[in-house]
Amino acid sequence: MFGRGLKTLSLVTVALMVGAFALVFFYAPNDADQGFVQKIFYLHVPLAIVALCGFVAAGIYGIRHLRTGDRLHDLRSYVAIHLSLILAVGALVSGSIWARGSWGVWWTWDEPTLVSFLIVFLLYACYQPLRFSIEDPERQARYASVFAITAGAFVPLNFLAVRLADSLVHPRVLSTTGGAMPGEMRLTFLVSLAGMACLYVTLWKYELASKHATFRLRALKRKLADEDWPSAPRRSAAPQL
Amino acid sequence: MPALPLDEAGKYVAAAYLVFLALILIYVAIMAGRLSRIERDLEEVTELLERRQAAGDERETVRS
Repeated sequence: MFGRGLKTLSLVTVALMVGAFALVFFYAPNDADQGFVQKIFYLHVPLAIVALCGFVAAGIYGIRHLRTGDRLHDLRSYVAIHLSLILAVGALVSGSIWARGSWGVWWTWDEPTLVSFLIVFLLYACYQPLRFSIEDPERQARYASVFAITAGAFVPLNFLAVRLADSLVHPRVLSTTGGAMPGEMRLTFLVSLAGMACLYVTLWKYELASKHATFRLRALKRKLADEDWPSAPRRSAAPQL
Repeated sequence: MPALPLDEAGKYVAAAYLVFLALILIYVAIMAGRLSRIERDLEEVTELLERRQAAGDERETVRS
């Protein structure tokens, strides 16, 4: 069900990621201002963009879950948030390393882009504890969807607010001038972004397939073992299908 | 701030890309753990099914 097309997608992801890294180190020129350390840009920005898009996608699946009551949408939303959190950790750490190399500090609290991303990350870090705190699977799924929708709506609003704020040191990439990037840099960035997006979708499908298989197997085991098996599954933050 | 020399900037670039690689590898390791749990569950289901089949066969033999 979720594993369909996974092989092709994995191959496309590998090709795009290898191509992106090759472009980063052998094709894209060094930045005139920052030099070689700017190469982190091709990793850090796609990580942040894909993580934020994943949070929004989780909100969309939350809406679909509330509209249809289909638990699979809740599972999709859960896995999307889980993966986005992992990418967000990557974006925060790589950004911090870049800041140290470029600005001389690991973190600066004066920069709206950095602080807003941290707020979004901390907001979503509450998602798993929220799920775990609710025992009834039906209620858990419903509340988690409401959280995913509210927090998902906060992401673009937050993005707009940061755009309107004065930036002190953090550059703006997605602007009308395209961040004034030369062609080679823009191509490298776009390939990196496509590679990261494909990696996200591949891992999302991979985890969905794994979780779905686990639930189906457990259900089968319960059915086969009849009364020997406890009727209620153990408490978990993961959706119960 | 002036651009860092290549030998110094290289360390930061390598660190950033290694963090990404580490994240992916940790994720794959966790998924491998889950896969082995699925395999274990599958074995249990197969065992249960075989036991059931054996019990059914035994009942058939007693009846005949």
